[in-house]
Amino acid sequence: MNVPQQLFYTKEHEWVKIDGKTATFGITDYAQSSLGDITFVELPKVGQDVAQFKFCATVESVKAASDVFAPLTGTITKVNPDLPAHPEFINQSPYEKAWFAVIEIADPAQKNNLMTAAVYSEYVKGLSA
Amino acid sequence: MATTMDMTPQRETPLIAEHRTLQAKLAPFGGWLMPIQYEGILAEHHWTRNNVCVFDICHMGEFQVQGDLASSNLDHVVTINLTGMATGQCRYGFMLNQAGGVIDDLVVYRLGEKEWMLVVNAATEENDEHHLLRNLSRDITFKNISGQTGKLDVQGPLSGVILKDLVGADVAKLAYYTFAKFKLLGEDVIVSRTGYTGELGYEIYISSAKVVELWRLLLKNSRVKPAGLGARDTLRLEMGYPLYGQDLDTQTTPVEAGLSGFVDFSKDFIGKLSLVAQKDGGPSRRLRCFQSDSRRAPRHNYKIYLKDKEIGAVTSGSFSPTLGCGIAMGYVSCELKTGEQVNLKENQIDIPARVVTRPFYKQGTAKSEEIR
Repeated sequence: MNVPQQLFYTKEHEWVKIDGKTATFGITDYAQSSLGDITFVELPKVGQDVAQFKFCATVESVKAASDVFAPLTGTITKVNPDLPAHPEFINQSPYEKAWFAVIEIADPAQKNNLMTAAVYSEYVKGLSA
Repeated sequence: MATTMDMTPQRETPLIAEHRTLQAKLAPFGGWLMPIQYEGILAEHHWTRNNVCVFDICHMGEFQVQGDLASSNLDHVVTINLTGMATGQCRYGFMLNQAGGVIDDLVVYRLGEKEWMLVVNAATEENDEHHLLRNLSRDITFKNISGQTGKLDVQGPLSGVILKDLVGADVAKLAYYTFAKFKLLGEDVIVSRTGYTGELGYEIYISSAKVVELWRLLLKNSRVKPAGLGARDTLRLEMGYPLYGQDLDTQTTPVEAGLSGFVDFSKDFIGKLSLVAQKDGGPSRRLRCFQSDSRRAPRHNYKIYLKDKEIGAVTSGSFSPTLGCGIAMGYVSCELKTGEQVNLKENQIDIPARVVTRPFYKQGTAKSEEIR
């Protein structure tokens, strides 16, 4: 299971890359592997306000639809324009090609609610045990 | 991503260790722990449409019935015209209750003048057995051979080549919905040209003792890949084939499901009176097919709307890997014209779709005359 060191993680298997005042997020390798082939994605809209751990996007696999939650509170400033036409990027490249959107961070202290790579790795191990 | 754990004990097919070795995702289906996918549903789906896959279908039930057709009452229990069948033919049809509701859909094989094999769904096997034993005459011999029978489905345009290698060139002579016995791994096995994918395909009935050996033999050929119930479901849905328990149950009839073609109205059978009345009066609801323009998949129980009016619910829905869009089947309470626009909805989700005719996927090789 690939868990890049420099990223932060949520219990619902979103990853987030914090870059000063902005954050880029997507879903983790564990999430894509559990879901199987992703066939559809609905992203938030630019300008939309999102709240930490609240619904902000949808992914669908052949078998089921799943909610994706915002890792931080803020405003969406950018979404991945290629993803809706290529949901398979989520399976192929969850941390690079398949970024979902960029958030302008409202409250930097919310970072404390996220897991580090080391903690998330342990968390995922606990789930598969 | 919450998953609910089903704690009921699940039965396992003789191939369970093979599935685990192949790192299949396993999940309960019809009381059995079954492989849902190996490499991935999409890859397995496309490999079946373009090449050939093998499916573990050992969970399905098989009954053997021996007895004179005139006195056995078998013809009365199924909607299929059995008297018109030659030995070596098989036919799809239904067992109905008095109200015309579907107890199960099944395939009946004529093994000989007085010998039949019935292939039924896994989840309904026990109930089917009771229904048959209640309704068949006492002088027949009935055997539930599910436990000793292994079943592998070999499906895809290259399945003919694979079967020729396995049992000899004569297998190419099998027409759609016919079967024969072939020597394989020291046994006489039934091979029928049937399937649930819409592609050229064969179903092999072998002893459960030999099914692991046959599975391994098939997978030795790199052109053959294993496929799970996930791909089986998307493949059958693209063909508009019903799944018992989802699109058919005791509350639905073949007339409502648009499957009257598999009912012989010229003979007598259980449920006929109700079915004829429904056919003549026109059913109050009908199974229709819907195709969306988006990749978003309609799901089971999504409501079907015609403008602002709720007219039914989706019974089967999925992303169609071959068509690249959402497809669904569901019962509606009003007449719909092909091409008419509907909306498939749940909560905030609203998927515009149009009425289409089955099959969704029209290039299937199942009935192909030419075996490569």
